[in-house]
Parts: sequence; C-alpha cells; structure tokens
Amino acid sequence: MASLDTGGGDDHGKKGPGVKKAKKLSTRVDMTPMVDLGFLLITFFIFTTTMAQPTAMNLFMPKDVEKQEDQNKVKESGAFTIMLSKNDNVFYYEGLDPTQLKSTTFKGIRDEIIRKKQSTNPEDLVMIIKPTPDATYKNTVDILDEMTINEIKRYAMVDISPVEQELIRITEAASGN
Amino acid sequence: MPKIKAPKHPPENDMTPFVDVAFLILSFFMLATKFKPDEPVEVKTPSSVSSAAVPEKDAFMVSLDKDGRVFVSMDNPEFKQVLIENLNKTRNLGLTNAEIKSFINAPSVGVPFNQLKSLLGLDADEFKKVRQPGIPCADSLGGELNYWVRDALVAYSGRKLNLLIKADNSTKYPAFKNVLTAFKKNDQNKFLLITAPEDAPTGSALYVTRQKQIGGGK
Repeated sequence: MASLDTGGGDDHGKKGPGVKKAKKLSTRVDMTPMVDLGFLLITFFIFTTTMAQPTAMNLFMPKDVEKQEDQNKVKESGAFTIMLSKNDNVFYYEGLDPTQLKSTTFKGIRDEIIRKKQSTNPEDLVMIIKPTPDATYKNTVDILDEMTINEIKRYAMVDISPVEQELIRITEAASGN
Repeated sequence: MPKIKAPKHPPENDMTPFVDVAFLILSFFMLATKFKPDEPVEVKTPSSVSSAAVPEKDAFMVSLDKDGRVFVSMDNPEFKQVLIENLNKTRNLGLTNAEIKSFINAPSVGVPFNQLKSLLGLDADEFKKVRQPGIPCADSLGGELNYWVRDALVAYSGRKLNLLIKADNSTKYPAFKNVLTAFKKNDQNKFLLITAPEDAPTGSALYVTRQKQIGGGK
C-alpha cells in the first residue's frame, strides 16, 4: 500500500549505561484512507463536470409587418423555399410555384443549396424556410445551420401556407409515409 | 542444493507515483469543473456550427422540453426580484415575501400564474420533485409567457438583456414558434439559441472561410 517510508536511521553513538534505548517506532503512515478519499473525489468531479460549454446561435427574426405591400418582395429567380416535414423529410421548390416541390433529406438539401447558390445571382438569392407543425426543433436548428454552413446571406423563417401543407400531405401520402 | 526461499510477505510495490498522478487529476478536475446548473427538466440541445459563447450575465432563458413545456429562468437575483414584484402587482398573484424569496432562489419556474403561489409555497425539496406543467404560451399573443418577457424587459429597463432559448431536439416546431411569438409581441427580434458545438463540415463554404481565417491569423 501507499506509504511513506522515512525509515529511522541507525542509532549513532552509544548511550551511557542504564539509558534505555527508546523503542523504535515505525514512521510509516498508512495512506490507504487518504487515497480512497482521493479517488472518491475524482469520481465525483468526473461525473459532475461539464466539459463542452454550450454555444449560442444567433437568430434574427423580422419584425411583424401588418401591411402586405410593406413586405420585401422576392424575385422569382432567386427564391428557394425549404419546407421541413415529419420524420426529417425535407421538401423544396425553386421560384414561387409550390406545385414544383421535390423531396429530399437533410443530407441531400446541402447539395441543392450549393447548386442554387452557384446558379443564382447572389443579390437575388433568398432562402425561405417553412417548418411544418410536424418538424422538430432540431430540424429547424439544422436548417438554420445549413444557412451558416453554406454562407447564405439572406434567409427568412416564415409560416407555411395551407396550400403548401396540403401539397406536402399529398406527396407524403403518395410515397407511403 | 539450497531450497529457494518463498517470500513470506507479498512484495510491496511503491504506489507513490500512482497516487501522485491521481491527485494531479483530482486537482485538475477540481479547478476545471463547473457544476451543471440545476434544471427542472432534461434538455438535449441540438448541435450547430456556431462558435459564439453563451453569455453568462444578464440572461433571460426560456427552456422548452421535449413535450413543449415552457420554463423561464434568470441569472441575476436583483432583477429577478424586480420581475416577480412587477408580476405580483400586475397579475394579482398575491405572493408573500417568503414566496418572492422562494422564486428568487428557484432555478427556474414553469407554471401558469394561477399555480405560481402554490408552487412557490413549497419547500426546496418538494419544489424540485413537483412536475411543473409549463407556462402556457399557445395563443396568438404568446400567452402568459408574453407577460414574463414584458416584465423581464421592464426589470432590465433598457439595459441589454440576452434572450436565450434552449429547446430539446425533439421539441415540435409549434412550441418553439409560440415562444418566438411571445418575444415578438414585445418587439424582441434577436435571440440566442443554445446549442452544442460542432465542426463545420469539410469542404463547405464555411469550412473554407474558417480555414482562410486561421491562415490569415498567422
């Protein structure tokens, strides 16, 4: 066991007659309890510690605009709408016609975003994110993250329209989801 | 032939270096540790590539668990007191001083206003155990969360207040939207979403930019 050995040295010099030799006491300290406690503390700190500090992601939402004509207009050539549905499904369409929607996944959407970014005038490009009520918070953060990853400067998160929701429902029903 | 003597005692091995290392690790953990804050619900945050640190001061945090229950918490006890006193007046909660104190000490609360008094009347142990139903916020104005946000802003009276939103991976989007609505109704459009850190995927535009920044920084 862990111990300190300070070992008593030999007696130097002879004591006079009649002087009793002091009994040699062991100076070894049993360190077992201390070590036990040490390890207990280590375990405690390992379990309670938080190593990876969370990070913060900025989210800027537009102000609510009452009048329809005050809202920003989106050019048809630059619009790219991404809709998030249940089971991590992603639907997207280019331009302003929702009937052109295509289905993909979170892996596939990045290629589509990159393709759109390269084929469009950067000033016109606007990504519109529309999470359906079935989408999770993770989906939302993931797609906002895609915007950061692909350095899309202009994007907006808006509510989905009933027409689009219906289209998604039909598409999902057709593919058996 | 002389017999080989079997050793009477097991050989004593020197554990000193071992113990030294153990205590080194111990001191590392003691210094580096930051305790997990007391939270009423477990929230598994999604990861994102953003690298900004979460502000520790002047934060008003709204937590959403996987069932969409909403909780609020604040870090500064001084402003917490102003907030609860305001709410007490405007919403006629009828809280006593002891209950106000209980609110200041509570890590976070998530009950409708009509249950707040009974929740704060509990002692600390019961408070932790009780299942809080969450602050209602499912209407076009953001429900009661609207008032929480308004009075938090009043408490800070123009000073910078960081609005943090922490939600679980599997929280449904409508729950998150309700929270956003409550903030928006108070003209707050800038939020910080709490996420776990993640690296930018290799080859992406952000990855290239970050590599350039690292290169340019030399």
